[in-house]
Order: sequence, then structure tokens, then C-alpha cells
Amino acid sequence: MEVARYWRTTRQRYQLVGEVCPNCNGKIFPPRDVCPTCEKEAKTPFAFSGVGEVYSYSTVYQAAAGYEKATPFTVAMIRLAEGPLVSAQLTDIDDKDVSIGMPVEMVTRVLREDGDRGMLVYGYKFRPVMV
Amino acid sequence: MRDVSIVGLGQTPVGEHWDTSLRELGFRALEAALKDARAERVEALYVGNMLSGHLTGQEHIAALIADFAGLRGIEAIKIEAACASGAAALRVGYAMVAGGLADIVAVVGVEKMTDQSPETVTAALSMGVDADYEAMQGLTHMGVGAMLMRRYMHEHGFKREDFANFAINAHANAVGNPNAMYRSPISVRLFNEAKPIADPISMFDSAPAADGAACVILAPTEIAREFNDKPVRIRASAVATDTVAAHDRRDPLYLEAAAISAQKAFATAGLGPDDIDLLETHDAFTILSALSLEACGFAARGGGVRLAQNGEIGLRGRIPITTMGGLKARGNPVGAAGLYQIVEVAQQMRGDAGVNQVVNARLGMAQNIGGTGGTVVTTILERL
Repeated sequence: MEVARYWRTTRQRYQLVGEVCPNCNGKIFPPRDVCPTCEKEAKTPFAFSGVGEVYSYSTVYQAAAGYEKATPFTVAMIRLAEGPLVSAQLTDIDDKDVSIGMPVEMVTRVLREDGDRGMLVYGYKFRPVMV
Repeated sequence: MRDVSIVGLGQTPVGEHWDTSLRELGFRALEAALKDARAERVEALYVGNMLSGHLTGQEHIAALIADFAGLRGIEAIKIEAACASGAAALRVGYAMVAGGLADIVAVVGVEKMTDQSPETVTAALSMGVDADYEAMQGLTHMGVGAMLMRRYMHEHGFKREDFANFAINAHANAVGNPNAMYRSPISVRLFNEAKPIADPISMFDSAPAADGAACVILAPTEIAREFNDKPVRIRASAVATDTVAAHDRRDPLYLEAAAISAQKAFATAGLGPDDIDLLETHDAFTILSALSLEACGFAARGGGVRLAQNGEIGLRGRIPITTMGGLKARGNPVGAAGLYQIVEVAQQMRGDAGVNQVVNARLGMAQNIGGTGGTVVTTILERL
């Protein structure tokens, strides 16, 4: 039961809050206080829109301990509109319809449970944009 | 800075050793290497290992193995760099001898994975990726590799069947390696029909978890022949890192740490890709072999797969890889893999590779990758 650990990343998991670099205007996710592009200090919070497109994806058939119930599920790397790449599960999909370049948007879903009666950990997943 | 050579080699077979504990695996490899070096003791022991705590409940294993090997009291430290732990330990052992702090050092790579269930092992391996932003999201080590493979296929116009020769070549070479886990060849059909683990990665793209230990004894080149008639010189040793999360990289399809460590190794040795006679790639997944060949300059971007398709990676090809089976067929006890690579290159340099001997092999390279590219250790060995 890693309550403090989950609490530390709440703003990232629920709201996709990262940082913007005051020096080069680069958008940073997750927050790290030092800009990975220009290496200057970057502590200004920035909330991403949640809009992006699929950079790559894979359906996972052999899960790690703790994720067996969800298997098989599809994971993706998503290029957020503001620039950074994030990794997340895709949701509300029919596996056949996933493609590189597909527009997606962030939603908040259960990522995992801590055991059968344990705390639920929520976080970002991405679903196809409803046209 | 002193010149350093490998004067002793030892390895256990790679497999499921129900009857052998982690400490015993380490001891057996060490014992074999000491015998090969005609040595009774070493001054220091460096142990490369990734998962002893999570999979066997035991940390502090360098002190443990030193004691159980009859070397109580010596300097001994465990080194961890995810799947690059083995070669990372070699780096430290090398630095100790090169820097004049010790005259005879043992480096052991050891891993014990088969006591645990597949789900537990998968979760453990996923500690080599970003825990909060990759593993937490449900990504396994395999899932990340699969997304890199798919993106690579998309950018360069390949199908998963185009990767077959990486696996076929590895298995073909393992037939002649008595220490390999899987010693039977595989066919194209078997590769194409293999079931997906994280598509497009299938069972035959992915190296098996296993138990095993490998060991080298290091000494200054100047006195190497006191220990072994066929010392193998460490011509270069270099480490570089990149982001742990693949999504944080400037270009997820470019193994920047592999490129930087290879460039550093080539620069210190005064060598280039054309000088290398064989390369032990870290083929935890077939895509990593392709990306490694490209990062080291053996092929242009998108050309790594073509090298495999054209047979250039075979024992008689332009750049033989995985010459004793690689991670795929020799097996992948993760923290030990880097040391198995070194032992195998050293066997090639000594002319002791049997049916797998690369003819006239004089310079061999090994590249050990941690996670999906977060740490890369490149070593170049030379026949003396």
C-alpha cells in the first residue's frame, strides 16, 4: 500500500500537469524542474490539454504481477499536442482500429488495484477522439 | 593507466537450475575462472546482478559470494545497471586494475530467475523501465520494446517477418555452444507463426529468462601470461546513459547511449566499425539487435534489419553477431548476460569457439544494454 507514492504523482495522473520552460518555452512532462532541452531551471506548472496522437502501440498478452486481470490490454506511446511523448494504456477501443497517427484524448481511469480489497490507483488513459 | 587483460574465463550452462541457488551459481563460475587463470585468490570481486533482492530475497550478494567462495575478507561490491549490470561490473573491475588499485580482480555476473512465477519475473524486469511513468501505466519491458519495433516497422516499411533472421541466426549458433539454453535451430515458419507476447514481439523475438553465472579474471597485461597462455586484452571500455523511459528520448528509435558508448570505445581504441570482426548484441528483443547495429555505425538507420535479411550477421558474414547464441538462444539471466557476452568474445579471441569460430577473429565487441537503452556498456576485446 504505497499511499504516499501515489499521492506524490496525483496531479500528473489526474490532470496531466507538467511544466513549461521559461527559457525555451518547451513543454515538459512529467515535471522535473530542469528543462531537458535547454538544461535551464523550469518550475512553472503547465496543464496539458490531453489531446494527442498515437506514436506507437502494442497489445500486451503477458502482464506483470498486479495487471493480470486487465490482460490483454493495449498500451501506446502518445505524442501530446504540446510536444512530449507519454506512455499509457488505450481505452474504449476495438484493437483492430488502433493505428499510428490516430487522434486520441486523455481520460481518467483505474490503472491498478492494490490487491483484491486494496486502494484503487487512477490515472490517465487515452481513448480515440469521438468524431 | 595500465593495460588490462582477461586471464581467466568461467561460466555455468544457462538454464533452469532448480538444484542450484544464486550464491552457488556465482561460486561455480568464479571457481571455474580461477582454475582457468591458475589462481587461488583475487584481491577484489565485483558482482553484476539486477534482481537478486526481488527474485531471491537476497541483496548484499558480493559479500555473500566472496565468503562462500572461500574469499572471506576481500573487497567485494554488487553493481547494478538493470540488464547492463554484468558489463557494468566488468567496467568497475577494469577500472580497478587499470587504475593500479588491484592486480588481480574477479568479475562475476549472476542471476537466478526461475524460482518465481512468470508474472513476478515480468514485474521484476519492468523495474528496468520507468516505474512511475512506464510500469505504473501497465507497460512491461516487453511492451516498450514492442512499441519501438512497431514504430520502426512503420518508419522503415518492414513487417515482423523481416526480423526472423535475428532469431534464426541466434538459434543456429547456439547449436554449437554447450552452455546454451536452447540448442536447436528454428525455422522461418516457426518464427512467423509464433504467438505474440506484446505484439509485434513474439516468443521468438524475445530472449528467455534463465539462471546462470559467468566470470572473468582480470590482471595487468604486463603479467597476464603468468596466469594464462591466451590472455585477451581489453582494448576499450565505455559506458553511456540515456533516459530510462523510451518516451523521454529525443528519438525513441535511436539508441543514443549505444552510439555514445560505441563512439567513446572506438575513439579510445583508435578503431572503427570496419575493424570489428564480431559483435555480441544485446538481443533481449530482435529490435534491439537492429537498433544496436545502427547506433554503432554498422548500418544506416533502417539498415539493421537489412543486414539480417542479407545474411551479413552470420558467422561468415560481414558482421557476425550473437556468435554463441546471444541472449535469445544462449539465454538471458539478465544481470549475467553482459558477462556471458564478454566470455564468448574472449573465447572467440582465444580461438576456442569451436564450430562457431569466426575465422581470423582479432577484435571483438560486446554491447550490453540496460532496460530499453537507459544504460549501455561497450567493450572491445583484442587477441594478443
